[in-house]
Amino acid sequence: MATLNPSASRDAPPSGQVIDLQSIHKNYDMGSETIHALNGVDCRMEVNEYVAIMGPSGSGKSTLMNIIGCLDRPSTGEYWLAGENVSKLNDKALARVRNRMIGFVFQTFNLLSKSNALQNVETPLLYSGIGRRERRNRALEALERVGLGDRTFHKPSELSGGQRQRVAVARALVNDPAILLADEPTGNLDTRTGKDIMALFEELYSAGQTIILVTHEPEIAVRAKRHIHLRDGEVTEDYLVENS
Amino acid sequence: MSLLESIRIALGAIRGNALRSALTILMIVIGVGCVIIGAAFGSGTQAAVQEQMNTLGTNVLAIWPGQSFGRGGVASSNRVSLTIDDYDALRRDSQFLSAVVPELRSGRQVKFGNKNIYGTVTGTTPNYMAVNNRELTHGRMITQSDLAARRRVAVLGYSIPTSLEFAPTSLLGRDISIGRIIFKVVGVFAEVGSSYGGPSVDDAIYIPLTTARFRVFGSDRLGSLSAEVKESIGVDMAMVDIERVLRREHKIRPGDPNDFTIMNRAVFSDMMQSITSTLSTYIIGILAISLLIGAIGILSIMLVSVTERTREIGVRKALGATRGNILTQFIVEAITLGALGGLFGIVLGWLGSEAISSQFDMPLIVEMQTVLIAVAVSVSVGFLAGVWPAYLASKLDPIEALRHD
Repeated sequence: MATLNPSASRDAPPSGQVIDLQSIHKNYDMGSETIHALNGVDCRMEVNEYVAIMGPSGSGKSTLMNIIGCLDRPSTGEYWLAGENVSKLNDKALARVRNRMIGFVFQTFNLLSKSNALQNVETPLLYSGIGRRERRNRALEALERVGLGDRTFHKPSELSGGQRQRVAVARALVNDPAILLADEPTGNLDTRTGKDIMALFEELYSAGQTIILVTHEPEIAVRAKRHIHLRDGEVTEDYLVENS
Repeated sequence: MSLLESIRIALGAIRGNALRSALTILMIVIGVGCVIIGAAFGSGTQAAVQEQMNTLGTNVLAIWPGQSFGRGGVASSNRVSLTIDDYDALRRDSQFLSAVVPELRSGRQVKFGNKNIYGTVTGTTPNYMAVNNRELTHGRMITQSDLAARRRVAVLGYSIPTSLEFAPTSLLGRDISIGRIIFKVVGVFAEVGSSYGGPSVDDAIYIPLTTARFRVFGSDRLGSLSAEVKESIGVDMAMVDIERVLRREHKIRPGDPNDFTIMNRAVFSDMMQSITSTLSTYIIGILAISLLIGAIGILSIMLVSVTERTREIGVRKALGATRGNILTQFIVEAITLGALGGLFGIVLGWLGSEAISSQFDMPLIVEMQTVLIAVAVSVSVGFLAGVWPAYLASKLDPIEALRHD
């Protein structure tokens, strides 16, 4: 699943490790005062882990997710993703890393409303420069995988919430990312549909996918195999969950 | 991502907002349409003038009543006039003219059977035909004896039989009514072709000068005179000669301006050139204004679009779009809008030119060059209007953009 970058330097973390966060700080200058959103986060994740990052609002959860998702850079500290130090990359290189390494699933689905399911799933491949035919095949494959092979040409407005989130998951998976990064993926779904999505995540995990779940709902987090708790920008707890 | 993909995405976005996009490009459509029609009018006029020029001999001068204002046009006034006395004086006294042809013109109702048309009736002399390079398809020209006897005979312009819905051959020898006076048709002229917007000589009817003067119009004021210069005599010398005779006839004091205008091919060509160039200036003006408005339209709609699609931009960035991808996407969208405006404008202009051409019998020629310029300009307008919004879109922070409602 996660492919290691062959060009990574020698002091890269050992293989098998997909994420290595080394004393990550994130500070925001708000005029007179500086807000420390992250205060030295250290954390490692292996290939095919299923991790839930938890914490109340204001704990730095979203900031950490943005950094893991390469939407943002740490103020200080190093972030190694699949053997590559991505903490100092420029915008263009970060866009490439997001495209190849990260599969995002958002609470509000964030599908392109004017595009159909297939076009939505194809979008990441468009930015990878993959040809039309292969793009279509891989997108169809991803839609099959989430059980939406028969909804290819439906616009998001013609799909139910659960189906929309499945399209989003297909889109996240289509580029075979190192990590699937899900931010409150069931937050906009009813309980039953939410359960279906969590079952899908379970399936993907069983197939070897590394999954990071950002949530504040314990009943969702319980599906993960490891919990990381954040408070005031620091990791307060980090433990494996037994028999979940 | 290839340019083709960008264009596909752009077309998708434009289709998604079809009505708004249509309104956005409307100004460009209208602007380009007007410019195409204007340019077609210019080209058509030029072609017609050229054609006219080719039939007009280099040694023929036209004399009009009224003073010429610079290179502009001829001012006609009731006070100044050219009369049959002037015609006689020129024939008698000028040394360098081989022929002088008077044209006594007025509009009259022309009736044949139950058909009723309005046409220009021209009283003239037999040498009209040779001096103006006209030919007959049927019958004969007015003769000296027609002139002497003030006969009611008429030679028809090429289009007249068609207007009367009658075959030229069967009109020969028949009676038609011109201003309630019965004339006998004795001949039909060959086609001269389109004129430059004004009434064509093909639509005129020719009758003897004397008949026109004494039986139809009761006036000796000439519409114009044409004069053929003798061979081996310079046109300039002939012009001086005419001027001398007419100034004497009109009793114009030395230093006072002429109350008539003598035109030769060069003067005429200059005049047409200046009209055409004035027209081109107007066309460029219309183009500039309409495209400026069009550009502002595209600019504002693209700015709205960037704000409206902030979240989409955030999503695309999260999925791996680079700043360059977003920049390209929005610029291509703006260019596509401009190009669509240009294309619809060309269609509008072309249809408009065709319609005007057939409706008003004016020659309008849409030239490839105009079409290419129109496309190039509307694409450039789209590009210029798209750069700034596209830059703003590309600069958006993905985290902020994803949070945007």
